This record gives sequence, structure tokens and C-alpha cells, in this order.
Amino acid sequence: MSLVARYLEANGIPTVMIANGRDIVEHCGVARLLFVDFPLGNPCGEPSALDQQREIFEMALTLLETASEPRTTVEAPYKWSKGDEWKSLIFSEEQRFLDEEATEHWLEAKARYKERKAEGQV
Amino acid sequence: MSYVRYIDKTRAYYLKEGYDKPYDWAHFDDVPFAPLTKPLSECRATIVSTSDIAIREDESADHTQEMFVGNAYVIPSDTPVERLYSQQEHFDKHATHLDDVDSFFPITRLREAAAAGRIGSIAKRLHGVHTSYSKRHTLEIDGPLVLERCREDGVDVAILTPI
Repeated sequence: MSLVARYLEANGIPTVMIANGRDIVEHCGVARLLFVDFPLGNPCGEPSALDQQREIFEMALTLLETASEPRTTVEAPYKWSKGDEWKSLIFSEEQRFLDEEATEHWLEAKARYKERKAEGQV
Repeated sequence: MSYVRYIDKTRAYYLKEGYDKPYDWAHFDDVPFAPLTKPLSECRATIVSTSDIAIREDESADHTQEMFVGNAYVIPSDTPVERLYSQQEHFDKHATHLDDVDSFFPITRLREAAAAGRIGSIAKRLHGVHTSYSKRHTLEIDGPLVLERCREDGVDVAILTPI
């Protein structure tokens, strides 16, 4: 995603990224990042938390207006409502990131990508 | 608690899983920056997302094929949010879910901003990009595709939401 942000910026379209993976985005380097410290999957706010989602979206728009230089990161002032336990469990031995079925899907998609690439379709 | 260092965490995790070559996360020293040149209330906005966002019962697209491995694709911005969904599996499914599309693809928030005059308008197309198996594919195919479509639609600003 960061690569697309950079491509659009280099071609004159301002972007703002709303993301959960701060280190990944900052390692790549983008113009504007609104960092939301939630589990991977809900960058724009907790499910059904409408007021929070609206505030996060407004923060992203404000960042578009106010950033004056690249690598501008703003952190949204919210904590995950169920606590921080997810932070120590993600990618841990006791909690695998992908279950067997999801791993299988991922390997299938990877193989399909290779096939389609060989056929010149992607 | 400080934020999660995914680069370090995934490196250690996949080493233990038996992958000996760590993933090479994209990194650049310089960062392009396009300044906003007019008020947001006059800007046309779009969303670009890697959430595998898809349309239910969309007979014009073969999502079983396109969903995970195709090139950048579009979602018409007038699609009712009830028809949008994601089958993305690469998120923290132990901690949360993707049942609320607006929690990762803020189409309703975008409509509210347009209705309130906070942004000028919504582009006719929103964009999906697959988390590609190739950085080169993203840079040489997906990036140019999204840019071309944004230019055709008169897009002034883009809101990007990775999962």
C-alpha cells in the first residue's frame, strides 16, 4: 500500500494513509500517515464505533490539509476498547497468525499468481 | 503499551515457522510529497485499499479469480455499502473482524464528508489493490493503473487504507 501512496505522490496526487502497522509504513516512507494503534484490520476505527470512525476520518482529512513535509505521522488518540493484550499475542507462538485453512488459501493464491503471471495475465 | 513492531515480530515468527529468508520490507531514503494545492472543500477524493474489498453478487467480476491475485481493480463509488464485503484473511482475526466495512474501507465516512461539504466530491471509482507477491508488480502495474484511473476521474486527493 505504501508503494502506491508513494507512486501517487510522485505523480502529483496528495495522499493520506490510515494504518495500523506504523513501523511497516514508516520503514517504507510515505507523505502522510495517520497511525491508529488497533489490531490489523480496523485502521478506520473499531467496528460499529461510528463517532470514533468519524473522528478518525476527520483527523485524516486534517492531516491532508496541514502536513507540510513528507514522513508526517500523526497518532490517533484512541486505545483498543478490549485492552492491549492483542499486542503481545499477535505473531506469537501461542497464537498463530494464519490457521491451516488460511495458510492453504495463501499458498493457493501464490501459486495462482505465478500461473497467471506466466500466462501474462497479471 | 507501545505500538507493535511488525517487522521485528514477523521476522522472528517466520524464522520459527521454518522460513529462513526474512521478508524484505520495502524501504526508501527519500519520500515524495505532493502538497495540497486547493481547499479540501473543492477536492475530489477517492479511496485506495488493500482490503480485498469486493461486491456481493457482482456478475461482472469473477472475484474467485480476481480477488487475491489480479491487478488493481475498481469499485463504483455509488455501490451500496451493504453490498461490500471482504474475505481478506491477513488481519488480526483473534482480536477483531471485518464485518463493518467502514472500519477498513471508509466509504460511508467519505459520503458524510461530501454531504457536509468537507470535501468537494467523491470520484466515480474507488480502488482495490492486492497485497502483491511482487513489489515490482505494485510499482510497474498497480501504481500506474490506479494513477491513470485517478486522472481520468479528476481525483485531487486519495485516502489509503491498508489492512
